[in-house]
Amino acid sequence: MKPAIGAPIDRVDAQRKVTGTATYAADTPVTRVAHAVIVTSAIGKGSLRALDIDAARRAPGVLAVLAHGNAPRVKADRTSGGPNERVLQLLQDDWIHYADQPIAVVVADTLERAQGAASLIVPRYETAAVVASLEQSLPTAFEPKAMVHGAPDSSRGSFDIGLAAAKHVVDATYETPNENHNPMEPHATIAVWTGSDRLTLYDATQGIFGVRQRIAEVFGIPKEQVRVIDQFVGGGFGCKGTPWSHVALCAMAAKVVNRPVKLAVTRQQMFSLVGHRPHTSQHIQLGADPEGKLTAIRHAVISETSSFDEFVEPSAMQTRMLYACPNVITTQRLVRVDAPTPTFQRAPGESSGTFAIESAMDELAYKVGIDPIELRLRNYAERDEQENKPFSSKSLRECYQQAAAKFGWNRRTPKPRSMRDGHELVGYGMATATYPANQWPAGARATYRPADGTYLVQAGTQDLGTGTYTIMTQIAADALGVPIERVRFELGDTAFPEAPVSGGSTTASTVGPAVKDACTMLRAKLAALTPADRAVGQAVVAEAKSEVSPERKKFATHAFGADFVEVRIDEDLGMIRVARVVAAFAAGKILNPKTANNQFVGGIVWGIGMALEEDTVRDRRTGRVVTRDLADYHVPVHADVPAIDVIQVDEVDTVVNSLGTKGIGEIGITGITAAIANAVFHATGTRVRALPITLDKIA
Amino acid sequence: MNAFSYVRPTSEAEALRALAEPGAVALAGGTTLVDLMRLDVMRPARVVDLGGLPLDRIDAKTGGISIGALASNTAVADHPEIRARFPVLAEAIDAGASGQIRNMASVGGNLLQRTRCSYFRDLASPCNKRSPGAGCAAFDGYTRMHAVVGGSQNCIAVNPSDMCVALLALDAVVRIKSATGERAIPMSELHVTPDDRPNIETTLKPGELITAVELRDAPFAKRSRYVKVRDRASFAFALASAAVALDIEGTAIKAARVALGGVATKPWREQRVEQALVGKRPTQQTFDAAAKLALADAAPRPDNAFKVALARRVIARALALAGGVS
Repeated sequence: MKPAIGAPIDRVDAQRKVTGTATYAADTPVTRVAHAVIVTSAIGKGSLRALDIDAARRAPGVLAVLAHGNAPRVKADRTSGGPNERVLQLLQDDWIHYADQPIAVVVADTLERAQGAASLIVPRYETAAVVASLEQSLPTAFEPKAMVHGAPDSSRGSFDIGLAAAKHVVDATYETPNENHNPMEPHATIAVWTGSDRLTLYDATQGIFGVRQRIAEVFGIPKEQVRVIDQFVGGGFGCKGTPWSHVALCAMAAKVVNRPVKLAVTRQQMFSLVGHRPHTSQHIQLGADPEGKLTAIRHAVISETSSFDEFVEPSAMQTRMLYACPNVITTQRLVRVDAPTPTFQRAPGESSGTFAIESAMDELAYKVGIDPIELRLRNYAERDEQENKPFSSKSLRECYQQAAAKFGWNRRTPKPRSMRDGHELVGYGMATATYPANQWPAGARATYRPADGTYLVQAGTQDLGTGTYTIMTQIAADALGVPIERVRFELGDTAFPEAPVSGGSTTASTVGPAVKDACTMLRAKLAALTPADRAVGQAVVAEAKSEVSPERKKFATHAFGADFVEVRIDEDLGMIRVARVVAAFAAGKILNPKTANNQFVGGIVWGIGMALEEDTVRDRRTGRVVTRDLADYHVPVHADVPAIDVIQVDEVDTVVNSLGTKGIGEIGITGITAAIANAVFHATGTRVRALPITLDKIA
Repeated sequence: MNAFSYVRPTSEAEALRALAEPGAVALAGGTTLVDLMRLDVMRPARVVDLGGLPLDRIDAKTGGISIGALASNTAVADHPEIRARFPVLAEAIDAGASGQIRNMASVGGNLLQRTRCSYFRDLASPCNKRSPGAGCAAFDGYTRMHAVVGGSQNCIAVNPSDMCVALLALDAVVRIKSATGERAIPMSELHVTPDDRPNIETTLKPGELITAVELRDAPFAKRSRYVKVRDRASFAFALASAAVALDIEGTAIKAARVALGGVATKPWREQRVEQALVGKRPTQQTFDAAAKLALADAAPRPDNAFKVALARRVIARALALAGGVS
């Protein structure tokens, strides 16, 4: 039998999705469900002096209006947990930390009545002055207490000595704006209480077990009494990685009205209630010898966080290992602004960070006067010099070579503004992509059902639209030695064995090995059955928990890639168009080339948006988001997306995990923004160091 | 959304009676009204659904075309006679919104399309257009998308329509009915600048209903083009756009029409540019020189100063396309 792993099979859930039978959280049919809407603050900082809810309370169909005067007290609106947990705004006090913070929840028998009543609530505020942007608070930058991704700072060698010895120097500051994730499916929750202490949540989330933990803490009940279900997710990209206030508010509302409650976040509220990628300012200094060999690198990152939580956009992480250089300093600092707490957004750190370091490398290539690929090859890191470890595998050279050849990089004339076609300036740019290959522990269960000879495999993981259902079915089928048609994979229920949040490009590498182990165990159990056992016809179950091998610790584990971009810019009108992209990625074993291509291409499309369009603008006086819907907050439309040619470079890695996978969900969005910015420079001679690159910046 | 009463008249007379009631608004495609009602920006007491009226005919005759107010934007843009005789109109409509929205949106509704100023759309921000006298959050706010001409301290919101810019360049006529009679006004007299009353956007009187738009054939109409510059390739409002039309006889420009979108509080005619073109040879130099006369009275804000030079280049490009020199 041909292995299922490595075959470009169609998504096993495709038919359910295109026929509308896939049940997303808010679609779950629940009898007697009431509808809740969140009312948010107009001001960006201050306190609620008064909140008149009488008219709303009396409005037709209204079941309850919750506000800080009457909302039930919760056990915990903050956790002592890790750096990725944040304070929730659960109507516990009258303080307003950011614009569009929840100040009330209206529950009614229909959504329209809840919305109508919500518009009758009249708040009165005591307004305080708002610090809306990074520039205003730069002098108060501070070192974060902790980071999910490692230590905030790194240092090797002597940067000062390295810089003093340099012939060529790049010294520039790059900026990325606030960006909101805006998955197609907005966040939504349905809360169903059974008695006073058992709760079922249908929640749009990337991490059902994280939701269970946090909500149990908020209401002071054992986590085993909270069940979280989410079978389909319409995109997550990080904003659904951890539970936000609306999840707890929905459960609170359901408790108060004593019936199930549904709460869907509006598109406008998606800009304040569920996190964003924070504005970064990244100062980069590169020093190089006459041949372009790096003698010094400094990458100093400042990113915004809220007034009440610490979240770091770790943009300097890749700079520690990307190039061979004896003298490297990286630092990550925070500034506080009156805004919601930021969060993980697709390739947090590496997407914004590669924009800076890979733009700076392009600037250095021009200073040294060599091809940007050649500059990168002269500084190729054969090992992780910061961790002083070998790479478990690295095929970046192959990525440069294969993508450059397919793109036709040799047709590029290096001088800016040297290529044109009619009204259009043509620019070629390239950059390196990279993302760490991580693995966490996870559980899975496999059951043989003798009645129909099929296998049911379950894990408490999530499918964000990435293809988890499909690749887990492939892994299970191969481990069981059966065709995929005999395997059914289920996910998205805390009743299944625990798996971590779907984030950090880890699901294939984390849940995959657990599924493989459970199925391998089940196959052995079935082989050991006696004919008498078989005659009984009982289901046979095997459960496995995968662990991270100690061997991994001896290696640095990263995926790499290379992006090549052609842009075309109307010389008179300034309109910037990405005309084509060729990218090559080496990310270990590719389980399904079809869903993998989808992931890579999706990341590149996101990169086009990040490079040219996405910008969450806050009014500097009030802190309110001005670009608060998808007409003002642009993401690419089809017409912005050119032919994207992705090469999947063969790579065998026996260290990362038992499947050899490195994770592919995020590497696609790294490098691409710099490749576009570098192409814009090549086309126009204008170096834009602040995203997004809109036409007014190159005029 | 507020609670409102809803009627769906089946005759024009019935519709005019319903529209004469206090607090009544007309519902056609709903692409503006329903959107703004969902945001509580518009809270009408009565919604008069025009969907039952036979006002969607496109009537191509010798000398001109009459477009019913309820004809969809798609139907207009796809109409072969309109594409042949008034190409700028088809191009302008095709450059706006998305296919789905153009299918829903009507011609009458597009004429009355309301601004996309994000402060207008956010109830927490003061807005003179939404509540007269409240103040204008945009003027000292984030103004990248706002008007550089035709504004006042009370309002700098852009009229977002593409179609209207083309209709202005084509000297279209708007037919209007009310319970007391009929009238027709030129497109140039439909929209008004905000001045000190930004809540008044047109010269329509309460209870009036737009029934049709009329286009008259003219030598310049056939040689007309629309160029729109925006932040992405499709489904975005204009940073600057231009509708131009040229009547070229022999080697000279006999007549010209130039209108701008995306830069003004109403569809903006540039007669100084038109006059500078008349009698000249249709060359790139002529077009560039004339285009530089546009927006002489511009009063940009810090975030949108780039629009002035951009709009001039858009005019020059559109003229080059229309004049066949590109």
